[in-house]
Amino acid sequence: MNIVVCVKQVPDTATERKLRSDDNTLDRDAADGVVNELDEYAVEEALKLKEAHGGEVTVLTMGPGRATETIRKALAMGADKAVHLSDDALHGSDALSTSYAMAQVLKKIGFDLVILGSESTDARTGMLAAMLAERLGTPQLTLANKVEVEGGAITVQRLADYGYDRVQATLPAVVSVVEKINEPRYPSFKGIMAAKKKPVETLAIADAAIDAEQVGLGAAWSEVVDFAAAPPRTAGTIVKDEGDGGEKAADFLASKKFI
Amino acid sequence: MSDILVLVEHAEGEVKKVTLELLTLARSLGTPAAVWAGPGITAEAKARLAEYGAEKIYVAGSADIVDHVVAPKAELLAQLVAGKSAAAVLVAATAEGKEVAGRLAVKTDSGVITDAVGLSEGFVADQSIFGGGVNVHSRVRKGTPIIAVRPNSTAPVPAAGAGAEEEVAVELSDVAKAARVVERVKQEKGARPELTEAAIVVSGGRGVGSAENFSVIEGLADALGAAVGASRAATDAGWYPHQFQVGQTGKTVSPQLYIAAGISGAIQHRAGMQTAKTIVAINKDPEAPIFELADYGVVGDLHQVVPQLTEEIDKRK
Repeated sequence: MNIVVCVKQVPDTATERKLRSDDNTLDRDAADGVVNELDEYAVEEALKLKEAHGGEVTVLTMGPGRATETIRKALAMGADKAVHLSDDALHGSDALSTSYAMAQVLKKIGFDLVILGSESTDARTGMLAAMLAERLGTPQLTLANKVEVEGGAITVQRLADYGYDRVQATLPAVVSVVEKINEPRYPSFKGIMAAKKKPVETLAIADAAIDAEQVGLGAAWSEVVDFAAAPPRTAGTIVKDEGDGGEKAADFLASKKFI
Repeated sequence: MSDILVLVEHAEGEVKKVTLELLTLARSLGTPAAVWAGPGITAEAKARLAEYGAEKIYVAGSADIVDHVVAPKAELLAQLVAGKSAAAVLVAATAEGKEVAGRLAVKTDSGVITDAVGLSEGFVADQSIFGGGVNVHSRVRKGTPIIAVRPNSTAPVPAAGAGAEEEVAVELSDVAKAARVVERVKQEKGARPELTEAAIVVSGGRGVGSAENFSVIEGLADALGAAVGASRAATDAGWYPHQFQVGQTGKTVSPQLYIAAGISGAIQHRAGMQTAKTIVAINKDPEAPIFELADYGVVGDLHQVVPQLTEEIDKRK
């Protein structure tokens, strides 16, 4: 099975994240870059499927040069090779552009299964997997907390408000996974060393027949008009529990008409 | 004014509150037109949509729409966008709502904005990003604006609309029927409201101490008619099911009132609840960052404070 797992480098949520004042895009230099956490579950799921069914796991990322750190992490976990879509023309791409560019690469490299994390911790739109399925014309099996493949059939448990849906389709398909689907492995020392020798193919947009008019900030279908740091919440009242903390909290809730 | 399509969220024939909020928002920007996808619309549901301003109710009652994942809803909306010259499309910013929005954006070559917490003239959306640290105004530059609005962003206000019903036949493509729902598994839900929709959320964290102790959190939630949430520390420890996790990698909630008990307030958690209107925190550690957000904080042991608060609420009802 030819599995492609999409990963994204995102600013570490533990550091202060900013938008750039010149073009209102994410300031990727202001914070440390880390692998988007949910993507680690996607990598793990891809590796487990490969272990069970054979095949190959290819890591796909779109991002600036430093995103190679993210690729190496996924390779160290056990993926076989990587494709890095990197081009200055992609800077500022919104979800529509990103899905278009990624879909072009996926068409070029081919796949039986594409696996993504259900959202990134930076933009958090949660749309990319659905958009890829739409663009590729393949079944959408998203928000999965369980994935089973048997022959050419795939079944997932899709999280729903009331529990989950069991969803079936035939491969090729696009899957997104949620946290807790598995326990992502830590790269071993051997894995880290091996990752340095694994092939990473870098593509510019022209290599994947990506139309420059359809990507980047200039092409964006939506825009940030302006932004500002959120005003700090006005300092609240903090009381120490002297045996009447619950009563005082009840007084506060009553003053706000919650009770 | 042109139609603003509002995709109705419904369960067991009932319209969810977020849809009433979206209709209220849509009224200020155009003519609200509710879109009911799937079978099971009831007279009560139609009356409810009209009560909150739906001038039109498009009903696509085919079971095929809900028996396949997401794509049919996007096809239905794309058909209506083209056929009814809609000015905009509003959906609830739930995980599925955003997926519908994403596919619709691709189909209609339109811009899409997710997790709006407000919407003003010209479809300029307010968003709160980076765990609530930055407020953003965004707008769509191309096509028909598609906006996913977070539940609890607006108070639903009734204002009667005509509620004129129109049946819609959708010819679903084979691609839209590629992912088939073969079974729906309903898990213990109880009488509590849904986490992302609830007006009040009571969450427990590391300070709760055990799975059994979550009954203290549930007791307070039930006294307030609230949903129960949990921090990642609590779900990681296995004290509460993962689907109730509030935070960066869990659910995002934006309730009127958020009560955090035994939660320190790490960025992981704040990202999921910082847009709550009123925040109450109960924590033993006076230095816990959650107090920086709290409108009201009690420094104390939640095992003392929460039961007392529950008792007080019951007393004052």
